[in-house]
Amino acid sequence: MIRRTGFDQQLEELKNLLKNMGSHMVEALDLAVSSLQNMDADKARRVVEQDARLNAMEEQIMEIGSRLIVTQQPVAKDLRRILVAFRIASDLERMGDLARDVAKVTIRLEGETLIKPLVDIPRMTEIVRGMVTESIESYLKENTDLAYKMAGDDDQVDHLYSVILQDLFKYISTAPEGANQAMLLVMVGRYIERIADHATNIGESTVYLVTGSRPDLNQ
Amino acid sequence: MASIIEIDQLDLYYDTFHALKKVNLSIPEKAVTAFIGPSGCGKSTLLRTLNRMNDMVNGVRIEGSVKISGKDVYREDIYVEELRKQVGMVFQQPNPFPKSIYDNVAYGPRLHGIRSKEELDGIVERSLKQSALWEEVKDFLKRSALSLSGGQQQRLCIARALAVQPDILLMDEATSALDPISTLKIEELVQDLKNEYTIVMVTHNMHQAARVSDQTVFFLNGEVVESEQTEVLFSTPADSRTEDYISGRFG
Repeated sequence: MIRRTGFDQQLEELKNLLKNMGSHMVEALDLAVSSLQNMDADKARRVVEQDARLNAMEEQIMEIGSRLIVTQQPVAKDLRRILVAFRIASDLERMGDLARDVAKVTIRLEGETLIKPLVDIPRMTEIVRGMVTESIESYLKENTDLAYKMAGDDDQVDHLYSVILQDLFKYISTAPEGANQAMLLVMVGRYIERIADHATNIGESTVYLVTGSRPDLNQ
Repeated sequence: MASIIEIDQLDLYYDTFHALKKVNLSIPEKAVTAFIGPSGCGKSTLLRTLNRMNDMVNGVRIEGSVKISGKDVYREDIYVEELRKQVGMVFQQPNPFPKSIYDNVAYGPRLHGIRSKEELDGIVERSLKQSALWEEVKDFLKRSALSLSGGQQQRLCIARALAVQPDILLMDEATSALDPISTLKIEELVQDLKNEYTIVMVTHNMHQAARVSDQTVFFLNGEVVESEQTEVLFSTPADSRTEDYISGRFG
């Protein structure tokens, strides 16, 4: 068997970069939500600062992938590996931006106390965190079953988001003085719900990588 | 797409060597079909059965059938000269005759009995235009064909093949001796020619097969492993041996 050692090493490097991006993203999500729960603006500022790391890694993946396309002229699954790396990198970068947006809410609320203890947002975060981890794992292990299973969890996220929406709107009608914060918390729910959609995209990329067909897991 | 060539249960032996094994293949009309595979896989052998070029090889034995436009080319009442008029061929090395450009192109039509200068002039012009060489040579048709560059010589050979108005053009690694620009010209030419002709090409350059052909056939050890629309074969091949070969992980 002829091996393309250099090429395979570079493909492996893309995979490792995505794995690291995934870890950084999960870390950013954890930090952002706990900064909000504890109203810790310093922690939130760390999330904002660290977002640059994800951006830089995305660029690195784009650069390596483009170079491989030009120099190695990949076809079939080799080409899909690179196309999928591009797509997952950009999903993870967007997910990082959304975690940063959550942290920015903490910063905007600096000095205030929460109108109520957060319950559904941390629950939703826990599910989304699991989805992100599983989406990355499905990609790394090329496990399409896991990708489909993970995408199924998105229904719970959507449900929790609608609960959050209803609760906070009800809160605004009874306590209009807290409307500003309530609106920001609705947006936090929206940001986290969007992160789950990107995790679903990563699941789609896994299925495309393995089968060559593009499913729609975002239904 | 209608097929013009039907190959059925074809076996070919060179003495005891079994070079083609039970090959079944349909080749679509007015389209480009590329044969790919490692050296010795049988792709050139199969190409050469299409115009009976293997007849001259000692010890060759052929079983099964090759039908072109419904007629079995290995039937005894087939005239090889007529078959080769219908099925033209271009080789790896340009092989113009040591004659003028004009006489190279007029050679086939003269052989088939055309004498009228006016008619021959028309054929030469049409063939050179079809092979995208006319503009470069129209002012010195009497010059020796050997004075042309390699890429021009290859297009002259294509014009020579087209001059007898074949249905099918076989190209056996027709660009492998050419520089990238000449190669590109011939690839573009092939795209134009497929509107009127069926083209079957053997190529070692997989990316050429991907760029130029509509259907790709992957051969291994004398067998057809996979025959598929080119864009499908190069994106989601069905057989893992095809994937290994086109990904360069073969051997």
